[in-house]
Parts: sequence; C-alpha cells; structure tokens
Amino acid sequence: MLHQDSYKQHISGQFNAELEAVKNHLLEMGGKVEQQIARAVESLLKRDSGEATQVIAGDQEVNDMEVRIDEECSRILARRQPAASDLRLVIAIAKVTTDLERIGDEATKIARQAVKLSEEGKSPSSFLEARHIGSHVAAMLRKALDAFARLDVDMAVEVVIQDAEVDSEYGTAMRSLVTFMMEDPRTISPVLNEMWALRSLERIGDHASNIAEQVIYLVKGMDVRHIEPAQLQAQMQSSGE
Amino acid sequence: MQTHAIEFDSIKRHSSAEADGPVEASLHVEGLNLFYDQSAQALYDINLEIPKRRVTAFIGPSGCGKSSLLRCFNRMNDLVDGCLVKGKLRLEGDDIYAPNVDVAGLRRRIGMVFQKPNPFPKSIYENVAYGLRIQGINKKRVLDEVVEKSLRASALWDEVKDRLNDSALGLSGGQQQRLVIARTVAVEPEVLLLDEPASALDPISTLKIEELIYELKSRYTIVIVTHNMQQAARVSDMTAFMYMGKLIEYDSTDRLFTNPKQKQTEDYITGRYG
Repeated sequence: MLHQDSYKQHISGQFNAELEAVKNHLLEMGGKVEQQIARAVESLLKRDSGEATQVIAGDQEVNDMEVRIDEECSRILARRQPAASDLRLVIAIAKVTTDLERIGDEATKIARQAVKLSEEGKSPSSFLEARHIGSHVAAMLRKALDAFARLDVDMAVEVVIQDAEVDSEYGTAMRSLVTFMMEDPRTISPVLNEMWALRSLERIGDHASNIAEQVIYLVKGMDVRHIEPAQLQAQMQSSGE
Repeated sequence: MQTHAIEFDSIKRHSSAEADGPVEASLHVEGLNLFYDQSAQALYDINLEIPKRRVTAFIGPSGCGKSSLLRCFNRMNDLVDGCLVKGKLRLEGDDIYAPNVDVAGLRRRIGMVFQKPNPFPKSIYENVAYGLRIQGINKKRVLDEVVEKSLRASALWDEVKDRLNDSALGLSGGQQQRLVIARTVAVEPEVLLLDEPASALDPISTLKIEELIYELKSRYTIVIVTHNMQQAARVSDMTAFMYMGKLIEYDSTDRLFTNPKQKQTEDYITGRYG
C-alpha cells in the first residue's frame, strides 16, 4: 500500500527531491487557495470591498502557481517516465492544480459579488446560508488537501459524501432567497448577487470533491469519478477487504 | 500453488490491441521448475499462459530468470549441461518436453532472436534463405519469394533490395537485427522469442525494432525479454515481472505499469529500493 514515505525511496535521490518538491508546491497552492476562499467569504459577509479587491488581486498568484506546477509535472513526465504510483502522483497533481485554480477563480467571483453588494447597499438577507455553506466548503477543501498530504482514502471519501450535503444546502438556500425576491422586487439585484456567490461556493464544493477523487485514484489506482457517493462507499469497502 | 492464468479479457479491456479479435493462449506453462544443477534452482513454480498473436514481455532485474524462462520455450536450455526442467510447457497443446519431440522442428515453430545480431557470414539473401535451404528447398522462385516477403515483413526490404548479394556483415547493427528477424520469420514460426533484441542498438534502430514487433504481432505470438522497462511498456500487451526465479506478477501491461498489485513490482518499475 502507498504510504507517505513512498516518495523518498527511489534509487535516484534527485527523483525523490523532484516529486517531493512538486507535492509541496501543490500543498502550498492549496494553502493559498484556502486563504483566498476565507477572505472572499469574509469580504462577502462584511460587504468589504477593500478586502474583496485584495482577493481579486491575489488570484494572479494562484494562476502563476498553477502554471509552475504544470511545468514541473511535464518536466517529470518527460525526464523520468514515472510509472505506477509515481505516474499516478504526477497525473493527480496535474489534475488537482486545475481544480485549485478553478477554486481560486470562484473565490474571485465571490469577491466581485462582495464589491457589488457593498456598492448597492441594503439586502434583506442575513447571509446565513453563505456563512454556513462557505465554512462547509472551506472545511471540505481543507480535508481534501489533508487527505492528499496523508494519502488518506477514508478522508477523501468523506469529502465526496459531504459534497452531496452541500448540493442540498445550496438548493435550500436558493429557495429561501427566491422568497425575498418574490416579496419585494427591489431586492432582486442584491439577492441575485448573493445567489451568484452561493453558486460559486457550491462549485468550490464540487472542486474539493474532484480533488478527493484524485486522492482515491492516487492511492488505490481506481478511477471513481462519475459514480454516486453510495456506490463509491460500497466500492471502497469491497476494495479494502 | 499460485497460478497466473489470467483472464485474457483484461488485455482487451486494457490495451490498445482492442480490435484484434478474441484472445487465446499459445504457450502454457504449468508448475515449471528449472535447475542448472542440483544446487542451483533458476525458476520456481512458474505458471502462466502466453496469449496468441500478442506481445508478452518478461521484465525483472539481472539474474531473475527471465531469459532462462524464455529459453525453456524452445529448449535452448537443453544445450546447458546438467540442466533439468520439471513441469509442463505446451505449445498449442503439444508438450514441448515430450520425449519424442523433434527439437529442430520445435525451433522452427518457435524462433529466437538474441541480443547481439548474429547474421551468418553470407550474403543478405543467403541469410534469409538459410532456413529453407536446410529444409531442402532450393527452387530459386520459391526462395526469391520468401526472401522478399520476409525482408518486407521485417521492414528491411527497401534498404537492402538493391544489394541482396552483399555480405550481411556490412549492414548496421539495427539492420543486422532486422535481418536476423527476417531469417527467423522466413521459416514461418508460430512464436518469436526475442531476448533483449534492441539492447545493443541505438535509439532509432530500437524504435524500428519496436515498430517491427508491433507489425509482426498480427501474425506471430511474440515473447520479449527486456531490461528496458519503457520498452516493455511500449511494445507489450502483457507483462510478467520476475524476481529471484519467481513470477511475481503477470497482468496486462496497462495495468501493471499504472497500478501493480504487488509491492515488489511497484518498487521495481518505479525504481525504488526493494
């Protein structure tokens, strides 16, 4: 079974160092993206356009990290021709960077809604749902990245299952926001802004779930994309036996 | 007893050879143990089936027994003093080690190509015609036809057609190796055993040999021993990983190189300390 020290046991020390480096860069990028989400949600809840503007500016760093990690992955593929778990690691990292970069984009979108909301003023909503879903998806991303760092399949499965919860919370939030718009058409514009932000949060949950699926691929060599969470749990149980 | 009779369906599911039709076994190995003398056992309880008209690669570190196993198929080990083969090897159901087997006939059915090209010090033409001549076929028309067909099959025809009477020793290493393959296929074998066929060649000649292997597998069952794991990954449909005389893992190449089941396989193909 794959374990954390697996990447330190190559006969080529240089190869160890390259894999270790690209893995660390990915986790760094994950940390940066987590920070972007936290600040974006904060700026939304406080309608703080100053904070939001910083989040928008910070996306450039996330983009640069994606490009750099992709370069490292192609370099390793070209020079080392990795196989088996090493190959899966490089493939998984290349895919996870894409999801992280998209999460960064979603954080930027949330920050843009925060700027608009700060300009438009009054909204009837308490932003309770945004706060709740925001902390939920942030926790999912954290867990997905931890699962990646620790090669922990159980943790990854939890993330995939939590995504279904987020989807249902998102549905509920949409319905309750629609009621505001029906009651008072003047709220349509600010409530739509909040809806867009919620939509971004929901997408962040999807990306966190994708990252978790890559962890399962990395550790187990199984492609679990596009299957239902219940089926996933069953598969994990049967493969663990 | 651990068996490695895998479902060949997995090749179809996992390999690019998908459209090539149903897969059946050509060579069967059952409970094979090989001893070079009383105290030196080279192979331990090998069980596997080699699919027909597919490429099967044996990989593993030096001394793991992959060449020994290959040489069991056409009884090359008979030439080693004190060598003892126990267990069953069958080609299309025929017992390879049955007492009444005509070994020369067996080697016509199972041809072999070695690491170092070994053309005879004769003309290109005579090298390819050699196998037929010793079978007593001397009709020029027949020989011409077979020589051309074999040289075309080994992707050498265009390079040598204007100098068929030149010495084979004047060819480059890569050309010589393709000539040896032409000589082997001239007698229409069922199986081609390739023992490190490209390891003495430059990268371009290596690629030509690999391309040739791909072409040849539509007609022959090919078994290749190679030190070069990337080569095994590139050319084969099935891969067997051997270590210390044992068959550790045998699976479709796609699976073995992306998600091996055994830790020893994983360590070997990823270059880790075993």
